[in-house]
Amino acid sequence: MDIWVSILLTIATAATPLLIAAIGELVAERAGVLNLGVEGMMIMGAVGGFGAGYLTGSPWIGVLAAIIIGVLFSLLFAFMTLTLATNQVATGLSLTILGLGLSGMLGTSFVGLPGQRLPNLDIPGLTSLPVVGRLLFGQDPIFYLSIALVIAVTWFLFRSRTGLTMRAIGDSHTSAHALGISVIGYRYLAVMFGGACAGLAGAHLSLVYTPQWVENMSAGRGWIALALVVFASWRPWRVLAGAYIFGAIWIGQLHVQAIDLSSFASSSWFIYQPIALIKSLPSQFLSSLPYLATIVVLVLISRNKRLTMMNTPASLAQPFVPER
Amino acid sequence: MKKTFVGLMAAAAALALTAPVQAQEKFKACWIYVGSIGDFGFSFQHDQGRLEVEKEFGDKVETAYLENVSEGPDAARSFERMARDGCKIIFGTSFGFMDAELEVAKKFPDVKFEHATGFKTSENMGVYNIRFYEGRYVSGQIAAKQSKAGVAGYIVSFPIPEVVMGINAFMLGAQSVNPDFKLKIVWINSWFDPGKEADAAKALFDQGADIIVQHTDSTAPLQIAQERGLHGFGQAADMAKFAPQAQLTAVVNNWGPYYVSRVKAAMDGTWKAENLWEGFKDNIIYMAPYTNVPDEVAKEAEATVEKIKGGWNPYTGPITKQDGSEWLKEGEVADDQTLLGMNFYVKGIDDKLPQ
Repeated sequence: MDIWVSILLTIATAATPLLIAAIGELVAERAGVLNLGVEGMMIMGAVGGFGAGYLTGSPWIGVLAAIIIGVLFSLLFAFMTLTLATNQVATGLSLTILGLGLSGMLGTSFVGLPGQRLPNLDIPGLTSLPVVGRLLFGQDPIFYLSIALVIAVTWFLFRSRTGLTMRAIGDSHTSAHALGISVIGYRYLAVMFGGACAGLAGAHLSLVYTPQWVENMSAGRGWIALALVVFASWRPWRVLAGAYIFGAIWIGQLHVQAIDLSSFASSSWFIYQPIALIKSLPSQFLSSLPYLATIVVLVLISRNKRLTMMNTPASLAQPFVPER
Repeated sequence: MKKTFVGLMAAAAALALTAPVQAQEKFKACWIYVGSIGDFGFSFQHDQGRLEVEKEFGDKVETAYLENVSEGPDAARSFERMARDGCKIIFGTSFGFMDAELEVAKKFPDVKFEHATGFKTSENMGVYNIRFYEGRYVSGQIAAKQSKAGVAGYIVSFPIPEVVMGINAFMLGAQSVNPDFKLKIVWINSWFDPGKEADAAKALFDQGADIIVQHTDSTAPLQIAQERGLHGFGQAADMAKFAPQAQLTAVVNNWGPYYVSRVKAAMDGTWKAENLWEGFKDNIIYMAPYTNVPDEVAKEAEATVEKIKGGWNPYTGPITKQDGSEWLKEGEVADDQTLLGMNFYVKGIDDKLPQ
């Protein structure tokens, strides 16, 4: 049983940064802004979080710093695309490239330093419960935050007036503008929220996942988060499902590679054969499996064309210049 | 003649403008890295070698480097720029630079080129490499002595001969201590992804391994070992400070002495394009201090290192291939060509080699 608990914990750790970054991007995209700079904001959050945690000795200050840096970095994007109405795709890409380079430069002095780890939750009496104890009450704080974010964002987008307005802006900024809604103002907030989330995801990388700073440590997770948003057709719970499916297969394929097939020799055919089959696949294919499976599952979930169209922000990535 | 004249002119101009300059011009040595010097792994170790050159020659040498240069044809631009910038010797430190470097070497016959881990040479382009497998054999012995479960986990990047050679050497070392030793292998298809390396380490520990080895570049697996109270080996650099209670030792790439000797040869005019594959004997790799192991294990490991320095090759028969067929007879030593193209496992490894 222990091994299953351990696997589930590992999956949660792998899925959390993807989920957080994707939820932030989802809000930005629902408001009609496509920010391809997730990877850049994430890595800036990682270096900022590690740096602040290391210098102050408190990983909590690290988390806070990562969020602030994520917001500041996203403001750069917001200023360019919203105030100056530059092309969102090009600006987002430059933000990623800038973030990867800048973080490397800022982080030079942090390389090779053992960092702070955000402590796991530990509730006396509850955390030590068998099986569920560690799963429900013994994970890192950012994990709980990620679940809370999904709930909060769902409520915000579909139950609150402000959320409704934001979605309206994402669908038709000209109509929203005509109604007297501050399109640019809302979008600034949405982009900043995306930046905060990406920064937090970065903090998870450098303060929980692998408590250290190394250049390029986000290793493409920002891009996966971006893809999750699209394939989850801009629905928060589907993003959660996508992140966890991805995490489960990501971890599962590592376990299958490490598993000792002979220990299953006495198991039933239905257990032995699938494991033997997966084990016989080339590792290159196994490595791509999380990507493939996540896309397939999310496409299947979103196969209702009409609903998908409804969920797609109609003015996504279109620059908005208010007419006078 | 013309060169001297230009030099004199330049010196005269400099004299006219500033204080007297040194008559001897600096020798410029340059490096091109595939990663960033902050990776704390492969490129970091190369850069440590560059710094050693600076320290050794002081004012006489000027060094320069380019980092994050992508492999493939595009690398030619970087080599050309270095050559035009007055570099007298250029070290290309990644396998994928091979063809681009060779192409530029042809254009600049007066510049000396060195390429790490490749196999193409020319008049002015030499090749150098490390016998990493010697260190992995020693690690394997230590692992077999220290593992309570008799199972080690091995995190690997890509199925290239270099990596396969390392796995086999590790296993041979382990089998020399415990013939029933087991190895669990996980391929992650990346040289550097701390998160994924950490995940792979967790999976291997969950599956019963109690010692971790890696052929990927981050310190993440060792940190997981530390968290779990288990052990592992550092990769390319001494990673003890990331996991002081977990690291048993590390196979450290020590490019410094090699770079110093080659730069010296280039300055003396004795440089020749060579094809060098060096190991413990040449001090181009060494084992980091043995920590968290009993004294006698450390002593035995050191004895093995000495034995290899004395000329013994870990790839000495009898060695059987995974499929049971004989590879090396009693006393037979593997030739370098076979090692450099290794695409099979030795007996006892329970994994299918991805092709």
